[in-house]
Amino acid sequence: MTISMSTPDFLIERDRDRCIKCQVCVRQCANEAHFWDEEEQKVKANDALCVNCHRCVTYCPTHALTIRKYPLEFRENANWTASTIKAIYRQAETGGILLTGMGNDRPYPIFWDHLLLNASQVTNPSIDPLREPMELKTFLGRKPDQLKVEDGHLVEKIPPQLELEVPIMFSAMSYGSISLNAIKSLAAAAERVGIMYNTGEGGLHKDLYKYGKNTIVQVASGRFGVHPEYLQAGAAIEIKIGQGAKPGIGGHLPGEKVGLEVSQTRMIPEGTDAISPAPHHDIYSIEDLSQLIYSLKEATQYQKPVSVKIAAVHNIAAIASGIARAGADIIAIDGFRGGTGAAPLRTRDNVGIPIELALAAVDSRLREEGIRNQVSLVVGGSIRNSADVVKAIALGADAVYIATAALVAIGCHLCQKCNTGKCNWGIATQNPQLVKRLNPEIGAERAANLIMAWEHEIKELLGGMGINAVESLRGNRLMLRGVGLSDRELNILGVLPAGE
Amino acid sequence: MKRVYAREEICGGCKLCEVHCAVAHSQYPHDIIKAFLKQETKPIARILVEEGRPISFALQCRHCEDAPCTKACITGAMQKDPVTGIVTNDETRCVGCWTCILVCPFGAIKRDESEHKVASKCDLCATVGGTPVCVQNCPNDALVFTDELWRR
Amino acid sequence: MLREGEVRIPSGCAISGIMNKKGEVFSGHDIIQSIALMHDRSNGLGGGFAAYGIYPDFPDHYAFHLFYESAEAKEKTETYLNMLFHIAESGKIPTRRVPSVKNAPLAWRYFAKPKPDALFEDESEDELVVRAVMYINAHFSGSFVVSSGKNMGAFKGVGYPEEMGEYFRLEEYKGYIWTAHGRFPTNTPGWWGGAHPFTLLDWSIVHNGEISSYGANRRFLEMFGYKLTMQTDTEAITYAFDLLLRKQNIPLDIAIATLAAPFWRDIERMSLEKQTLYKAVRTVYGNLLLNGPFSIILGSNKGIVALNDRLKLRSLVAATKADVLYIASEESAIREICPEPEKIWAPRGGEPVIGLFEEGGIQK
Ligand code: SF4
Ligand code: SF4
Ligand code: SF4
Ligand code: SF4
Repeated sequence: MTISMSTPDFLIERDRDRCIKCQVCVRQCANEAHFWDEEEQKVKANDALCVNCHRCVTYCPTHALTIRKYPLEFRENANWTASTIKAIYRQAETGGILLTGMGNDRPYPIFWDHLLLNASQVTNPSIDPLREPMELKTFLGRKPDQLKVEDGHLVEKIPPQLELEVPIMFSAMSYGSISLNAIKSLAAAAERVGIMYNTGEGGLHKDLYKYGKNTIVQVASGRFGVHPEYLQAGAAIEIKIGQGAKPGIGGHLPGEKVGLEVSQTRMIPEGTDAISPAPHHDIYSIEDLSQLIYSLKEATQYQKPVSVKIAAVHNIAAIASGIARAGADIIAIDGFRGGTGAAPLRTRDNVGIPIELALAAVDSRLREEGIRNQVSLVVGGSIRNSADVVKAIALGADAVYIATAALVAIGCHLCQKCNTGKCNWGIATQNPQLVKRLNPEIGAERAANLIMAWEHEIKELLGGMGINAVESLRGNRLMLRGVGLSDRELNILGVLPAGE
Repeated sequence: MKRVYAREEICGGCKLCEVHCAVAHSQYPHDIIKAFLKQETKPIARILVEEGRPISFALQCRHCEDAPCTKACITGAMQKDPVTGIVTNDETRCVGCWTCILVCPFGAIKRDESEHKVASKCDLCATVGGTPVCVQNCPNDALVFTDELWRR
Repeated sequence: MLREGEVRIPSGCAISGIMNKKGEVFSGHDIIQSIALMHDRSNGLGGGFAAYGIYPDFPDHYAFHLFYESAEAKEKTETYLNMLFHIAESGKIPTRRVPSVKNAPLAWRYFAKPKPDALFEDESEDELVVRAVMYINAHFSGSFVVSSGKNMGAFKGVGYPEEMGEYFRLEEYKGYIWTAHGRFPTNTPGWWGGAHPFTLLDWSIVHNGEISSYGANRRFLEMFGYKLTMQTDTEAITYAFDLLLRKQNIPLDIAIATLAAPFWRDIERMSLEKQTLYKAVRTVYGNLLLNGPFSIILGSNKGIVALNDRLKLRSLVAATKADVLYIASEESAIREICPEPEKIWAPRGGEPVIGLFEEGGIQK
């Protein structure tokens, strides 16, 4: 074998004055970057294997460890950066597509960080959320243009709605791409804080049926785990067309991750690859989508809202309008920064558009067409904090989907190696030894804490704007001002520049 | 009585419980680095993580109702406290005959030959008081200290 | 400097309203006196009145009040009006010289009935009037429709409200409902059309406050075809009432529960059936909830409704004596014209004061 030109990405530094040779790091690193040298009675490391997941750093009882960027420099070159060169070495060695996990990490502009929120001064009092009610309750689903009320009675029932206590949901992550303990964490957290989690395309494990009223069950192109009880089990159904991290690309869960329970849940043989085709092979057009929407509604007696999830792509406004007219009750749009369990690197980093622009374009378009009421808009794809949530709602979203943030809450360190199945934090793995590292009770508490913390912050921000119900923020773009944006971008976002 | 129970299904086998147990019973109970690097002999943990991956769980003295070790002890060093129920070994009286190790149905007693030979076992951190350090330091709540029999 | 419609101008204000529940008419004198007392709540940059029952000779004609800034604007607008309406009578709105009132536009009024062939298929007369108002305000520069309802009119301009009352000789009119508005804009638009009340058909709104939900309300209303050219809260509130009460036939109490929605914690305490209803209201009309401080008086030929935001962040006082209902920003403004009311109270946040004509009163 010829020599590999790949050099380590990270350098493991061990402070020998602190290391007590307990070997906790050796046991924690599933990448086997640390090892015990019996002869020298020392813990040593193989830097090349480290993915910088911080597991050993967090667990080392004496804080003896530091992980650094490997100091090896290439000749400075703004065009041919180290990562570009290394990618070529890897491909030259393997002849394969580069795979990665998590979301786009390239330095594209983050529009959230160019939007600023308003606050009340003098002419309008701010509201103290500790003293006054501050309402975040949100309903997702089709809204009629008007109510019919006679003698104090509602004459026509309104279509089914998802009721959220906070306008945030955990977005789709399948059993298979993440561990059962990770899903249990999110499901229990969703139940605790009154929101939804989403099964992704992996079916519903038998232990999760009890979280039904907080579950959105997904139907994706592979149709894994879809059966009548599954459709009935959730509070809503989501048809997954696309995903922000890999628009236009299907999914592939390698056979080694399809153990007994995954195979039972997905209803496929153990050890076989689970392949989700790029398109649904029964949806080649908007009419076909409409058929599937109504088939699912029919199958669930029109009792559950049906969502359609798409990736934010160039023509998103027209596509969303089509989906609304096709009968969807909720449109979930996933921006190009959205995460994934595995995606081709070039697709992840180069396909799709930012969620901020997609959201603004879709909301404006649906309003122009007078059909904004017919659907709820849920956006995801790197909502990082409560301010992003507030900005998304002001741009026009009904609610947001979070996934990466939720995983970070339960331990993910964004090492982007989800595709390897060796997630040291017990999240993106099916290895039982690693899965048990994530205690679902702790996970649930942490994920619920995150939502509660954001809830407090959202209330604080709303109060500052003199608003005490989230519906008064929804689509209220006057609460936003742009900084450092071009006229064209401001136009698409529908916000004024700061100072105007 | 309150005992430490292991939850195998979420024990990651990190052995931090062992590390902290060893420190707590060392000459430097509050300095983990000195306990391991300065003490002349390696500190010994009184808890033991049993492993057969992916199975792993931490085991220590069960402080049995009818503790066989106390009966077998030839010097009376091994005693069960009638009030707290904690089984402890009086190291000044222990002669290191290992009879207790022989009879312990859990294999929860270790040999400590660092100074004079003594049997070393979990004392529920009775000397420290409060929650045992293994429970305090388990990063995944895989150890619980409770007087109810732990049920999944 | 940008005028209303080109820029959003928040403002503080004083409001006042008087209604005779039996439908008996009285002169504009009282309302001027009441609003004048709250002189300090305005800053001379806007004042106005809405009066109902003032045109008994033309009860079934739409009374258009228009402002013109040029003869050309008037000519164009009249050609347009003549295309859609039979004009029974028209003429200059009488005014008198008031030294402090400057740059007044030409104020003209028309009593008009839609020509049957001007109506689109399925279009009601009201809808035609709304269409015409929106069209004139959007397309004829220098023209502005001040009011367009039957047997009512709005009188407003740049100045203190009492100056406007004097200018438009309001003591010479007799009406069964009068509302008034004194304005304290945080900007100086100096445009007569921008003063309040804002009206559409026979809806008029006088409003004190600054609604923080404006952007959300506006974009919701736009979906239903409203063009919010003034960018003011008052305009948005007027259209919200128009949408709910006129277009969608929503009962008044539900419309009120839309704009000043009960809190979820209160809804949770309601009977199951009411819960369903109010939940539906907040689900469907959430975007119409008025957030932030406000007190408003909605006038119409059916009566008046006064409403506070649900936290009661703006003052509002109501009183009754015999057949007369009084509402004002301050108690003193009521006592100024009715020193000894039979009942006087400060309505709670979100709790409306509703004055409808009694049996036999004017109920159109
Ligand atoms: S975990 Fe820390 S102290 Fe223990 S062996 Fe590793 S580096 Fe040393
Ligand atoms: S991969 Fe993670 S656990 Fe392993 S050495 Fe690197 S940081 Fe530590
Ligand atoms: S889920 Fe695990 S593998 Fe994926 S980025 Fe997070 S820590 Fe790394
Ligand atoms: S510290 Fe906890 S998780 Fe780690 S080995 Fe001990 S019991 Fe298991």
